[in-house]
Amino acid sequence: MINQYSQRKYIIGGLILLTGLILILRLFYLQVINSTYKLSAENNSKREVIQYPARGLMYDRNGVLLVSNQAAYDVMLTPGQLSRFDTLSFCKLLGISVNDVATGIKKARDYSRFAPTVFMKQVSGEVASVLQEQLYKFPGFFVQTRTLRKYPKNIAAHLMGYVGEVDKNLIEKNPYYQMGDYIGISGIEKNYEEILRGEKGKKNFLVDVHSRITGSYQDGRFDEPARIGTDINLTIDAGLQEYGELLMKDFTGSIVAIEPTTGEVLCLVTTPSYPPDLLVGRGLSQNFNTLSGDSLKPLFNRALAASYPPGSTFKIINALIGLQEKVISPSTEFGCQMGYSFRGQFLGCHSHRSPLDLREAIQHSCNSYFVNSFRKIMEDPKFEATHDAYNNWRNHLLSFGLGNSMNSDLSGELKGFIPKDDYYNRYYGVGRWNFLTIRSLAIGQGELGVTPLQMANITAAIANKGYFMTPHVVKSIKGSDTINHRFTEKHIIAIDTAHFTVAIDGMDLAVNGGAGSTAGRAKIEGIIVCGKTGTAENPHGEDHSIFIAFAPRENPKIAIAVYIENGGFGGTWAAPLASLMIEEYLTGEVKRKYLEDYIFNAVIK
Amino acid sequence: MKRGNIIANLDWFTVLLFILMIFLGWLNIFSAIYNESHPSILDFNQKYGKQFLWILAAIVMAVAILLIDHRFFEFFGYFIYAVAIITLLAVLIVGKEINGSKSWFVMGGFQIQPSEFAKPAVALALAKYLSTFNINIQKVRTFVKVGVIIFLPALLILLQPDTGSALVFFAFVFPVYREGFSGMILVTMFTLALLFILVLLFNELLLLLIILVIGFAAYWLLARNFRNMMIAFLIFAGFFIVSYGTLYLFGQNSAFYAATLIALAFSLASFLVMAYIYRIRKIGMLILAVTIVVFYTFAVDYSFEHFLSDYQQRRVNIMLGIQSDPLGAGYNVNQSMIAIGSGGFAGKGFLQGTQTKLDFVPEQSTDFIFCTVGEEWGFIGTFFVILLFLTFFIRLIQLAERQKENFARIYGYGIISVIFIHFFINIAMTIGLFPVVGIPLPFFSYGGSSLWAFTIMLFIFLRLDAGRME
Repeated sequence: MINQYSQRKYIIGGLILLTGLILILRLFYLQVINSTYKLSAENNSKREVIQYPARGLMYDRNGVLLVSNQAAYDVMLTPGQLSRFDTLSFCKLLGISVNDVATGIKKARDYSRFAPTVFMKQVSGEVASVLQEQLYKFPGFFVQTRTLRKYPKNIAAHLMGYVGEVDKNLIEKNPYYQMGDYIGISGIEKNYEEILRGEKGKKNFLVDVHSRITGSYQDGRFDEPARIGTDINLTIDAGLQEYGELLMKDFTGSIVAIEPTTGEVLCLVTTPSYPPDLLVGRGLSQNFNTLSGDSLKPLFNRALAASYPPGSTFKIINALIGLQEKVISPSTEFGCQMGYSFRGQFLGCHSHRSPLDLREAIQHSCNSYFVNSFRKIMEDPKFEATHDAYNNWRNHLLSFGLGNSMNSDLSGELKGFIPKDDYYNRYYGVGRWNFLTIRSLAIGQGELGVTPLQMANITAAIANKGYFMTPHVVKSIKGSDTINHRFTEKHIIAIDTAHFTVAIDGMDLAVNGGAGSTAGRAKIEGIIVCGKTGTAENPHGEDHSIFIAFAPRENPKIAIAVYIENGGFGGTWAAPLASLMIEEYLTGEVKRKYLEDYIFNAVIK
Repeated sequence: MKRGNIIANLDWFTVLLFILMIFLGWLNIFSAIYNESHPSILDFNQKYGKQFLWILAAIVMAVAILLIDHRFFEFFGYFIYAVAIITLLAVLIVGKEINGSKSWFVMGGFQIQPSEFAKPAVALALAKYLSTFNINIQKVRTFVKVGVIIFLPALLILLQPDTGSALVFFAFVFPVYREGFSGMILVTMFTLALLFILVLLFNELLLLLIILVIGFAAYWLLARNFRNMMIAFLIFAGFFIVSYGTLYLFGQNSAFYAATLIALAFSLASFLVMAYIYRIRKIGMLILAVTIVVFYTFAVDYSFEHFLSDYQQRRVNIMLGIQSDPLGAGYNVNQSMIAIGSGGFAGKGFLQGTQTKLDFVPEQSTDFIFCTVGEEWGFIGTFFVILLFLTFFIRLIQLAERQKENFARIYGYGIISVIFIHFFINIAMTIGLFPVVGIPLPFFSYGGSSLWAFTIMLFIFLRLDAGRME
């Protein structure tokens, strides 16, 4: 049957062709006849200008400014918008050669045709303002303002860390960052990056063919305001830090001071160091190379990342463990004839009267006493075998925060080393080692590895008589009432407070006990300093001088650990240096100029 | 039935056009969002890489459809329609809201838009219903049923709300017209559309008076009776003076509009009574028509204010030139016209477009993909693409007309109309001839759902066509 309506196909087909014709005519008008749209497109180029927020500032615990910002101007290039320009006057303006321009353009092109790249970093404000005026001559180029770090006090380089350009790997991992952006690379700059950096914003501008901004793109609908970086108050005392760096200027080593009740780090000195303003801006990479090539390793943060045997300072810990395990009491006495000998093994001691009780043993730092008590700890009948006693002893050490990262807010913390029983099992065989094998642990030598930060923390725990707060360097973040809760939790050590009092008595005697005291040089008139010397054996040369102390004895305000590499006996250099630091911090000035001079004139092999 | 038959009977010319279109679409998507750091067109993290996967899936679907028995589609027509309606209901309940419309099912990283698949379903159901043996196409019952089949899914889509997708269902008027519904259906729709625009352009009072004048004139033309017309006019004028006076006494100054309305209501009623008493023929329909038109103008005004969202109102207003706001709601159209216009005669060349890439044009890979064609390939490109579509439509009409079975023909017209309306509205909106309603350009725009829906529609028809000899 012939469909009676089949002629309607012509109407439908005709309608379709007609509308097609309308579209074609309109397109012909838009694309060929009318030229206003072409002009619009030329005058209608979008430029996204990133708004870099100023990085947050850092203050010390008393509000002294440690890190601020300075303006810097980068010349940026968007290769897609490039067209012929007067290369000569451009070179003259920036003080570069035509070759530099060519390589710069090639580099930018290789990165992206549409995304802006840094063409030249950190030109002076003067050049930047002249260039800004003449931008219309150089299409594709524009000036981007950024901020660089500035260090009014030029101290605490390792602590604060530095800011540098992000690398390619990071850009791929974290899309927030783009070529040429800055990021905290070490120290607080790194650990508090997200707080300090703020949030980049962007403004979208319409620019014409001459690269001139003609207005805001869509009334700023897609603009995102930059959020300025948040300021941080550090726990550091700038005065103490500066004084510590001054005292240490000729030594290699570190000083860590902590406020015992809060865990706030008062100073973190490591030497040799470098002035932080070396690692800023254009000189950064060259200076960095120089520093990292330096044989003294000024970039190495010894306070966190150097691990030494704790030496005799460790006797306090062993005393505490012995008391807690009830294998010794404060009145336990051991004799000492210039050393300890057992089954033909000998461990020497210096001359002092004999026998000594526990307090006096700390005062005189008697090796024999602590080897004897260590034997009692290891041969404790509570335990079936030496390795059980060893593991128990090791757990006590771990509770002091040894053998592990302290999880502070400092970057680059070393864990230190407290061997597991497996370590000896592997070395000597299971059941084939006893207290004698590991006797050097009794006096803090041997396989032990403890960082200065950990040592300062132990001192704080002793000062607190049984607890510590995780050390940290950020006191407060602007606009926030709290800091990370891990810094406000007490870490309780499973040793009775009474035992700490005994150990503290010994430390008091070591400083203030008169003749025979190992740390008499740490004594300060009117302040009871409690301390303990240590000497870390160094197979490579002169021993390292160690001193730990806190003061005043009641309600301690400062706990300090001083390490001086190749400094010999702890009482010689480390103890007086710690004493000066304590005086500076507690009284605000140092009256003992003779002691200062003694330190300044030190000669170390 | 042997597979060989399909290969021999398949309309390879249409298949060629289809492949050409999806290939060009893919190239333009690549260019529209070309990303320097992902230069490979097969990078599956980028939309162009994904589109390649959608294309492969579409081809698999096409082959699968060709392997199905052609009677399947007629047999299951209503069933498929029912499934489509159920999914449209489901998406209103469990769908995910994106950009303010609850139009998407989201499963893992995968999104699907059921409204796209409602289009072939309606085409199938409509074809099945209209090809029922002995159907009387002139009956009101038939008319109502056809209306329900077409506009039920449209209504559900309107609820999402997705005005653009709902709008395309009007396309099914064409197959209905082709099957013999009165030509008045097209005329009426055209008139209503014209009135819609006029209502928005002119104020109601003026429009009302124009309608009245046309009404009186029409009566005069129909009845050739000047005396009666004058009487009718005087009656209206009388009612007007009385109601205006009354309103004036109640303190309503210059209430021309209200007075006109009241007078119109009374006079229309009295005309009806008089027409009955004096047995004046033909006037019944005229009065009815005038009444409907008056109501319609109010309905348009009301629904424009109440059913269209602010941005849709603005877009319509801008299109009609009532409002000009190139940086506001008119921004998209303005930028899209700049992009297309800047292409000039020969275009800027592949990957050389700046307007589309620099985010001046929104949705440059989906609804505004035609901008990339215009900017990079110029008038030559746009002309070619339109020619390609027109050839495609004419070829499909030829195919539809050669069907022996009504079902296949009606289905064919159904999909021609749907694809055509997408083509027309999409391109028209990018060049400022239609408000921006957000529907894709068939086979070109980025997106799995629309590509698959169009592929399925087309290949069902090609399958029916290949089986026409059986």
